[in-house]
Amino acid sequence: MTILVFFLWSLLKVAVVTVVMLLGIAYTVLLERKLVGRIQNRWGPSRVGPFGLLQPLVDGAKSFLKEDIIPTGVYRPLYLLAPILALGCALISIAVVPFGEPNVGPGGIHFFQISDINIGLLVILGVTSIGVYGIALAGWSSNNKYSLLGSLRSSAQLISYELALGLSLVGVVLQTGSLNLRVIVEKQAEKGIVTWNIFGGLQFVAFFIYLMAAFAETNRSPFDLPEAESELTGGYHTEYSSMKFAMFFMAEYGNMITVGCVATLMFLGGWTSPMGDLMPPPQNILVHAFFPIFWFVAKVFCFLFLYVWVRGTLPRFRYDQLMNFGWRYLMPLAMLNILGTSLWLAYH
Amino acid sequence: MHLILFFLFAGFCLAGAINLLLQSHPITSALSLIVVMTSLAVLYLLLGAEFLAIAQVIVYAGAIMVLFTFVVMLLNAGREERTMGSRSARAVGFPAVVAILAVIATVILKAQGLGVATLGEGLTDASGKTNIEELSSVLFTQLLLPFEVTSILILIAILGAVALARHGSGEPQGNRERTGK
Repeated sequence: MTILVFFLWSLLKVAVVTVVMLLGIAYTVLLERKLVGRIQNRWGPSRVGPFGLLQPLVDGAKSFLKEDIIPTGVYRPLYLLAPILALGCALISIAVVPFGEPNVGPGGIHFFQISDINIGLLVILGVTSIGVYGIALAGWSSNNKYSLLGSLRSSAQLISYELALGLSLVGVVLQTGSLNLRVIVEKQAEKGIVTWNIFGGLQFVAFFIYLMAAFAETNRSPFDLPEAESELTGGYHTEYSSMKFAMFFMAEYGNMITVGCVATLMFLGGWTSPMGDLMPPPQNILVHAFFPIFWFVAKVFCFLFLYVWVRGTLPRFRYDQLMNFGWRYLMPLAMLNILGTSLWLAYH
Repeated sequence: MHLILFFLFAGFCLAGAINLLLQSHPITSALSLIVVMTSLAVLYLLLGAEFLAIAQVIVYAGAIMVLFTFVVMLLNAGREERTMGSRSARAVGFPAVVAILAVIATVILKAQGLGVATLGEGLTDASGKTNIEELSSVLFTQLLLPFEVTSILILIAILGAVALARHGSGEPQGNRERTGK
């Protein structure tokens, strides 16, 4: 009985989170188009629905209805597997992210997290490292030089920056003494913004490194060399059309959201409010349940806004600059941060 | 529940391993190896070794196998050509390998005095302590010397690789970049 209840609850949570995540991806695309439009002094999409709000639905329908072309020279099984792998890995890692208070539902079920596990942070890193295969296989199985170059660039970039990304999170883990995302957030919650890891935990250097590495991890500008249109005609997804192309596109935006969630959890206090104890907890039970979600979404939104802002502002790096930056500056800096944090912790 | 999952993923693991041997395309073999490793990670998870499981995924499936697939992709290795071995060798070989592995496994289990792990239970008896805390306290107290020696060994391997790579390119890196552009 308990297994059945647990199973049904998990299924429900997975369904809800997947739908919300896909909607989030669709509207992140719209956010990007609108914001980049404003940065470039034009309106962006504005025809479909009020303020262009229905544009993502129309885009989705268009991707579905387009002709799906599979070129003759591709290695078929892997060509079909690659977009599934990319999108799957982008969607799976949200499963360990806690969105809100550990409200205990009927039967001891966490409402706002699919699974609460001790190694939550490592699971996210592990799934990200599996996601590399989606891109690498897409480029190779396309049997196209541009695709292969794009996927090689992308995989090399992902592997290089994964190091800096992982090392930048070690400082926070040292401070908390746990890899459980819920514990990490609760540790920061005491006094609001003052005890967030970025300020109170003295992890601002780590946050800066994480920010840089996250841009590279998600192949976003200014590190978007894998899909540099002027050199590679589109990168690893050159040979993909219709919904398969859309899956890569969705995977990229899904990764953006995941990376934003991790930044929020690790450095910005997760679902807790920046006021901490200064504000009395709301009495209404519904408000009490959904207020944390508001803070969580607001923080992730700020992160996404920053992404688009940077894309609209900075030009693309050159490939050797990218590798130099990752290996010669970010990684040593991350190591120094670990050293500094451990010394500081040992001193106290 | 645990038993069902165990048989499911043990099945995946075996299927991946057999597929690894049967496939003639190197990249499919590499991908089968990834299936084997991730299924092994799930088996570790079922035994309660959560850290070992995720380390298996990150290190083996995520890092080492990426290198494998990279090499296969870059060298563009073609299909493997098979030689048809003698039939008697095949008939004797497989049972012999199974027998030898079984003997080795039994000897290791007996000689080390290792117990039996049960599905669905934690590896440690200590309550309230996570797997990682236990593991790290053992690594950094009892096994400190082997741990550090291993890390130095890896460092030497990295330095050796760098030295070999630099030796192959002729003149030092800095000069070549300057003259190249």
